[in-house]
Amino acid sequence: MENRVVSAKELKASKQLDKDVVLAMRGIDKRFPGTKALNKVDFTLRKGEIHALMGENGAGKSTLIKVLTGVHEKDGGSIWVEGVEGEAHIHSPQEAQDIGIATVYQEITLCPNLTVAENMFIGRNKGQMVHWKDYEKRANEILKSLGVPARAKQELGNCSLAVQQMVAIARAVDMNCKVLILDEPTSSLDDKEVQMLFGLMRDLKSRGVGIIFVTHFLEQVYEVSDRITVLRNGELVGEYPISDLPQVELVARMMGKNLDDLADLEEIGQKKTAGEKVVYQAKDLSSSESKPFDFVIHEGEVNGFTGLLGSGRSESVRAIFGADRVTGGDVQVKGKKVNITKPHDAMKAGIGYLPEDRKRDGIIADLSVRENIILALQVMKGFFHPMSKKEMEEFADEYIKALSIKTASQETPVGSLSGGNQQKVILARWLLTHPDYLILDEPTRGIDVGTKLEIQKLVLKLATEENMSITFISSEIEEMLRTCSRLIVMRDRNIVGELTGDQLTQASVMKTIAGGER
Amino acid sequence: MKRREPLNNTQLLTTIAVCIFAVMYIAAIVTGVQGFEKFQMFFDLLNDNAYLIIISCALSIVMIGGGINISVGGVISLTVMACSIFLNNSAPQNALGIIVTLLLALGIGLAFGVGQGFLISYLEIQPFIVTLAGMFLSRGLTTMLSVEPVKVSAQTHAAFYAFRSNKIEIPFLGYIAQNGNTIPAKLEIGAVVALLVVVLSFLMLRYIKLGRNIYALGGNQQSALMLGINVKRTRFMSYVISGLLSGIAGFVFLMHKPTGNASVAMRSEMDAIAASIIGGTLLTGGVGNVIGTFFGTMILATIQKIIGMSKLNDSWWQDMASGALLGVFILLQSVILSARDKAKAKKAGAVSIAKG
Repeated sequence: MENRVVSAKELKASKQLDKDVVLAMRGIDKRFPGTKALNKVDFTLRKGEIHALMGENGAGKSTLIKVLTGVHEKDGGSIWVEGVEGEAHIHSPQEAQDIGIATVYQEITLCPNLTVAENMFIGRNKGQMVHWKDYEKRANEILKSLGVPARAKQELGNCSLAVQQMVAIARAVDMNCKVLILDEPTSSLDDKEVQMLFGLMRDLKSRGVGIIFVTHFLEQVYEVSDRITVLRNGELVGEYPISDLPQVELVARMMGKNLDDLADLEEIGQKKTAGEKVVYQAKDLSSSESKPFDFVIHEGEVNGFTGLLGSGRSESVRAIFGADRVTGGDVQVKGKKVNITKPHDAMKAGIGYLPEDRKRDGIIADLSVRENIILALQVMKGFFHPMSKKEMEEFADEYIKALSIKTASQETPVGSLSGGNQQKVILARWLLTHPDYLILDEPTRGIDVGTKLEIQKLVLKLATEENMSITFISSEIEEMLRTCSRLIVMRDRNIVGELTGDQLTQASVMKTIAGGER
Repeated sequence: MKRREPLNNTQLLTTIAVCIFAVMYIAAIVTGVQGFEKFQMFFDLLNDNAYLIIISCALSIVMIGGGINISVGGVISLTVMACSIFLNNSAPQNALGIIVTLLLALGIGLAFGVGQGFLISYLEIQPFIVTLAGMFLSRGLTTMLSVEPVKVSAQTHAAFYAFRSNKIEIPFLGYIAQNGNTIPAKLEIGAVVALLVVVLSFLMLRYIKLGRNIYALGGNQQSALMLGINVKRTRFMSYVISGLLSGIAGFVFLMHKPTGNASVAMRSEMDAIAASIIGGTLLTGGVGNVIGTFFGTMILATIQKIIGMSKLNDSWWQDMASGALLGVFILLQSVILSARDKAKAKKAGAVSIAKG
């Protein structure tokens, strides 16, 4: 690589940046209570380049942006910006703006009730008076020179989202920004609007603006970017010129895998071949959070949704369970048409769901282990048919033993158990209802390796011995390859492939996620 | 390329308020409601409701900024009471007393504005709660000053009494009485002040940075912050202005009816909120203007006058009419705004189909 990465020491010594570097972040640390969001992250932006910042959800992209724009204070490291003597200290979005760092956020941060012109100039004028004529004339000039299809006098709320975004960019450009941060700018735009935006980005690039482009659309990265920086789990994976990093490699870096690294998998049991009988079938199922999709699972089958975090895996299973507002589709359970619009409907149809975020959706921390285990069964029976205390204790005991839940007693509050044991409690809750179809969304997240293996073994056991159909979702691809006989691959909220049999390898999963050989 | 922009929501709602007022007023003249045939009726509406026009402007300003202020009526009662007591205890012939009284009124308003604004903006306490407390406090202080009504008369303060009797007389808008004399139309000083407040508020909201920042704040607070607006100071200033206007309204009230009393301007904050809403200011913030508010106040005043002049002059009819009017207006506004949104969505849809 031609461009050498300047170390913090060298920067300090020279007190200025290389000629073409507009922004250098070195060794950035950021801690939140309980987590380390950024760990010694470096980032360099050069003049007139479009630099994609990539990573899965939670990799630290947003945190890095927020540190740069003064929304969060960094806990360590240093930032250098062209034109600023020594280190730049940024404590508020206002200060970031003042030294030439402008941000256009995913949600439009303009005021819809004001005109386009006013949105471009408000908060910037020094005097007390508002000179409308002046504003409107200047706004029209800038809009015209950038080719933004908006009129100065137009109310912003009347413009399309794409145009609103471009107005935000026009504002930034007029403020002579050196660094322009575009945070998921294309997520609500259609193809034509995306092309308009890219045109504008290339124009700005030719004017020497450094652009940081954050997106989860991989194709778009390759369409406009010059360089990619990949983050994972709050750490820098690396910085690559776009030509050095094919799309498949990028996915591998984002997931923290090496493509050649197909390590031997520990055998945890025989995968079951799916039965003939269809247990659950959905056609064009859609919810407020997911696009329409088809899905089918057979008796005794273990399948899974895979894709990068944020690709719509969880949203799909939430639609199946009726956890989000279902907006359409035909659903058949065991050949009978059913209408699942809320979790209770799904439970009655014999579907169980272990949610991704067990703290938010699953565990009721103040209730005891017994009460948490009994909960789903009680809901199924209805609250007017209480179970006897003895009955409940027997059930609880049975499952505490069966899943070897480590707890002092059944009366211990679940909140005091370890993460893995909490997960087992929720699992027990669903097993107790003897569902025909069980959905496990990230059941192994945040628990120790031993328990992870136990849960995977249990999944296969349930499928083989009890003929249960299971949908298993995990961020760990190996886990899914070990347990699932069919993988549904998602990208950008669409199903982009289905893998079975010999195709179930890490390489092919990543290729499918990346969108073929590129 | 000259092209007219379509009316924005603020302009549309204001236009509706103006039209409704015109229709209502003309209907009252045509159907022969007593008094409406004389131009003096229009001036009387202004004279009687000057204080209400002023606090309605105060309410509109905070509401455009996404806030609320229900202490304005209480501040008026406190101002009127304090000023009445002051006048009765100062030299009756001294004209300087009037100026000191005005300063007292402004001071009380300013104190409430600054105090409430500080709590709401810098300590981030809910405006409804803060101004509710302000309302109780001001009403309580009023009663503490005097349980009995305090009347300023020609005997207790002659200079003030003379000052308040000044009226602007416009002969050609008057009418000819039965004895052949021309009775000119009379406008009180308070009404002139109220009109001035409307005009100045309008200019402030339109052409001064602070005014535009208030709109931005009401449109989207987060965005306003990102756009580099000092959100806290803007909100603080909106409450300071509304407090100051309450003080002015108190002084205007005193000139119109120079008697301090615990029940002065009772419930007027609610009338002011209603007038703002009828005039096209949305409670959600960011939309509205004080010209609309002026007509909103006049609509409320007119309907109450019409009922007062007809056979139904029981107070519950006025209340019910005001309530019904408010209901109809909000319904009308939401129907028109949602029809607009639908038309907009349809247009956008057509565009995307054409593209596809």
